[in-house]
Amino acid sequence: MKEEDVIIRTVIRLMVPFIQIFGLYVIFHGGSGPGGGFQGGVILAASMILYVMAFGVTGGRRKLTEKTNMIMRSTGVLIFSGIGLLAILFGGKYLDYGAVPLPFIHHAAEVRELLIDGGVEVGIGITVMAVMVTIFLEFYPGGTSDD
Amino acid sequence: MRILPLITVLLVGALLIWSAQDMPDMGDPNAPTNLHVAPYYIEHSEEEVGVENIVSAILADYRGYDTLGETTVIFTAGVSVLLLLRRRED
Repeated sequence: MKEEDVIIRTVIRLMVPFIQIFGLYVIFHGGSGPGGGFQGGVILAASMILYVMAFGVTGGRRKLTEKTNMIMRSTGVLIFSGIGLLAILFGGKYLDYGAVPLPFIHHAAEVRELLIDGGVEVGIGITVMAVMVTIFLEFYPGGTSDD
Repeated sequence: MRILPLITVLLVGALLIWSAQDMPDMGDPNAPTNLHVAPYYIEHSEEEVGVENIVSAILADYRGYDTLGETTVIFTAGVSVLLLLRRRED
């Protein structure tokens, strides 16, 4: 696919970082405001989709290669289920985050809050972002050509 | 032959509208769905989970298995799209 006009490329180059910052904000503030992993992951994927629309699939693949995307797709699920297994390891039930002993934090509710905001939601966000980008690129013209 | 589906649709529609009269009002605090576990979550999620957003507390903690399954479903969907649509020249 050819690249778009210079105005579109410049505007999108300016917009993408802000969209990604907002996506990260939505993911990390899932516990204290509206949002969470699913929504933030979709916002991050939207920034990538916007980038591919302006710079073509080859430009997008330079930023997020097929291999990285493949690793990210499974890493998110791994983080989520890994935190669940971590709880078993420290004597809790599966996905019972409060059982994980974190350094300097002794209150179970705080451990839960930290693990949800910084672990579970991040895992969901990574998987959702990678899968959305995958599905978009598979349907995009020329998306499957460069593997 | 065309009249039978029409009668079926009208009958089912009438049945649905008739049965919807018995449903609780929108946002009724005394509706059975709002009296089951919802009050417990509203009262205890802050101290038990530490997350201010009750929706996130239910999603990630009380219903953690469900959310893990959802994430796996999305992962599986992505892999399935790749398996079905990726054309390989070999």
